[in-house]
Amino acid sequence: MTEAAAPPPRPLWRRLLGFNLLTAVLLGIGGWYLGWFGAHAIGAESLEYFEDTDYNELSVYLAYLGGVIGFLVGLGFLNYPIARLRGYPPSLREKETHGWTRYFSLCTDHKVVGIQYLWGIGLFFFIGGLNAMLIRTEQLSPHSQSFPMGTYLTLVGMHGTMMMGMMTSGILGPFANYLVPIMIGARRMAFPRIEALTFWLLMAAGAILTTTIFFGGFPTGWTGYAPLQTQANPGMDNYILFFALVGVSMTLLGLNMIATILTMRAPGLTWTRLPIFVWGVLSTAVLMVLAAPVLIAVLSMGALDRTAQTSFFNAAAGGSSYLYQNLFWVFGHPEVYILALPGFAIVLELLPVFARKPLWGYRLAVAGLLGVSLLSWFVWQHHLFVSGMNGDLRPFYMLSTELISIPTGFTFLCGMMTLWRGRISFTVPMLFCLAWFFNFLIGGLSGVFLSDTPSDVTTHGSFFSMAHFHYTIMGGLVFTFFAAIYYWVPKMTGWELHEGLAKIHFWTMFIFFNSTFAPLLAAGFLGQARRAPVYTGNLKFLNDWVSISAFLLGISMLIFLFNLVWSLAFVKQPAEANPWGSRSIEFQLPSPVPVHNFDRIPVFSNDPYGYGEGPAPSYVVPAGAPAGRE
Amino acid sequence: MASEPSAATSPSDSTNHGLRVVVVWLVLSAIATPLVAIYVGPLIPPGNATVQGQGQTFDNQVMTAFVTPILCLLAVFFAYGLIQFHVRRNEAILDGPPIRNDSQIQLLWIVITTVMVLFLAGFGTYELLQDGSGGGQGPNPIALPAHHQDAFQVQVIAQQWQFTYRYPSLGGLESNQLYLPANTTVALHVTSLDAIHSFWAYELGVKADANPGVDNVAYVETKGPTTFHVRCAELCGLWHPYMFNNGRVVDSAQFQAWASQQQRVYASIKPFMNKPESEGGAPYAKTYFPEPDRRAG
Repeated sequence: MTEAAAPPPRPLWRRLLGFNLLTAVLLGIGGWYLGWFGAHAIGAESLEYFEDTDYNELSVYLAYLGGVIGFLVGLGFLNYPIARLRGYPPSLREKETHGWTRYFSLCTDHKVVGIQYLWGIGLFFFIGGLNAMLIRTEQLSPHSQSFPMGTYLTLVGMHGTMMMGMMTSGILGPFANYLVPIMIGARRMAFPRIEALTFWLLMAAGAILTTTIFFGGFPTGWTGYAPLQTQANPGMDNYILFFALVGVSMTLLGLNMIATILTMRAPGLTWTRLPIFVWGVLSTAVLMVLAAPVLIAVLSMGALDRTAQTSFFNAAAGGSSYLYQNLFWVFGHPEVYILALPGFAIVLELLPVFARKPLWGYRLAVAGLLGVSLLSWFVWQHHLFVSGMNGDLRPFYMLSTELISIPTGFTFLCGMMTLWRGRISFTVPMLFCLAWFFNFLIGGLSGVFLSDTPSDVTTHGSFFSMAHFHYTIMGGLVFTFFAAIYYWVPKMTGWELHEGLAKIHFWTMFIFFNSTFAPLLAAGFLGQARRAPVYTGNLKFLNDWVSISAFLLGISMLIFLFNLVWSLAFVKQPAEANPWGSRSIEFQLPSPVPVHNFDRIPVFSNDPYGYGEGPAPSYVVPAGAPAGRE
Repeated sequence: MASEPSAATSPSDSTNHGLRVVVVWLVLSAIATPLVAIYVGPLIPPGNATVQGQGQTFDNQVMTAFVTPILCLLAVFFAYGLIQFHVRRNEAILDGPPIRNDSQIQLLWIVITTVMVLFLAGFGTYELLQDGSGGGQGPNPIALPAHHQDAFQVQVIAQQWQFTYRYPSLGGLESNQLYLPANTTVALHVTSLDAIHSFWAYELGVKADANPGVDNVAYVETKGPTTFHVRCAELCGLWHPYMFNNGRVVDSAQFQAWASQQQRVYASIKPFMNKPESEGGAPYAKTYFPEPDRRAG
């Protein structure tokens, strides 16, 4: 820690007062009840389909909006605007706080936000994973036995929504927030308060989704198709609010990333010297900024259908269920690449370090990332091949979907050729990256069947498509998420993770992941429909096998959790500054990185992949260079 | 930077590793692809119960054979590469050769993947346009089977949580049993009364989403008598998992017997149902209101 000495500690009760998470939660609950009783006071009637109850859609919306506003006020998001209105000069005082309390309050240090994201997203990742365990418990029997039907559908919906919503920021949240400013030689993000806002909005959203169980859950799965959405019970409003808030968070996160990468690169960091991870973040951020507003729009329409009785999606009154499907997938298909692209970038970023070779075909890799980003806008109706919408456009969407495999193939080629003739060491991050090739290959090749319209007639809506996207998203995103954790967390926290436990975690996760999802490809082909706890008896063996594998996969996650807690809370083995021999700039800084990152803004003269090309760059700042802005 | 490896490169290596990988891959693919086509191919669903199902099965067989060499390439590459190029135990970690690019490999890769993608898209389009492949095509189908003008019409009405089948040619008979005549081209007009459903007749190779207010047409050409499963393939609410039943393809004598039996059973409610087209009724009622809908305003 090179930062200035901390001020003398205050008594605990004094520290609990002020703008922090505790205040935020209390004000959030207060705001929630204000909204709840406010909505009842203005006489909003229940729109419940069958009977009148003591709650109604409007009160749910207003309650949660009040709660979110109270939560943000309690964290201190209004302090700065009010101070500016009262004429005080701009400052970033939130960044200068010390100690563990800064992790529980509004902090504009991008490194604190990154670590907040890591734990916050990790929490919801485990809740989502727990839902998956319960789903597999139900699937142990071909009949519905473990849960009531509505509970089962809520579990399915919460698992999907939690993973698709929270994990969109799974890599951009923790790792891009932490690393992008360092990698581009900056001391902060372009908009530090917005950066903090994206995190706390996401946490508020997560709380909203989790509390859907108090309002009866929702029956629609993560897609929330109307008109089922319109007739669902008030738990559906939690889904709508959750995803809309996630959309706001995503848009702001993406804008912040784009602004930072475009405007705050250090001298000498040209576009061809940018680490490939930053390129991946940029291409993902563009998708986020353009896709998430569509989601917010379509959910707003859904909310209006539910509260104000508009008829956007009600066919009986002139609306169309196609409208929802169209708008949702205009967001939804870029969304899956928002999940996958950071994974590509992490694989390409890590392979050179552990193959001790420069990244092969840098420009082709960038073209691959940007190509996927662009093409992902032209494929969304492949989710609707059998819907009867635009039947004559199916050949076009078949072609555009299959075209995406060309830029995806660039990533494969660059990764494989980087390994070729390298000096490969099987460290834990490298193992996760190599597993990515296997998983994404299976995901991609099963996608060939889904992209083909005749074949999609059988596989659409079956466990085949479900296994396919788990191979691409869990195999593509979550494996690289763990690669990033094992690679960067020692740098971020300053403490090492236990390598033996990490290897056990990898092998159990890799084996049981495949043992879970490969049989599901077969189950889908044999006719098992998604999201249904009822299946034909001939599929019982496959499903039992899958359930047991899934439980073992869950245990593998517990091994990881144990390793994390054990290494970071008890052992606390200090990490070296550069344990991997990496040439990237973040590993030339001490662990953990000091508050202001650099004493002076570095000057870049090369990309970070010059393995075998002479001594490592020192990022020396020449005398007389500008010290850089705060 | 104590742990920074020296910039030495690995000892020069004159073995042509690339040639080895290509040769092993070609041999392996030449063996594996026919084996997959012969032994795995026939197991691939949805089977040969209908022309459309047969088409999908053929499609799946071609694609399974198609992806086999790709799997083989990656398998050989990684098996060889990781064994050949990994750092041995107790060996110093040196830097590898600083190869940054090879434009010929890039060009070759781009050309090959483009050709493969164009083949896939062309093949899929050709197969689709043959007979519609059993998929829902909306109200104005473009991929039509040979005898689509004389198709036997059945309307599939999905609702929470069951399917009703309406036969305009049987005087507007509505039944919860799906019987289809053998060796006939059938046009299934799928619609929904409430949420989005999806009509999935697995063995027939038919899947068509049911959207309220939409007439989603799927063609299927039946072959010999058979039975098949029908289930809803789009999450449609609480009892979606139990929204399934069985259907039968039967020869024409059995079909007539079934039709007259059903007409007797439902004779008493016929006056309350939609008139058939021949008596001046609309051919397909796309929506109706089961009860006054407060949401409909």
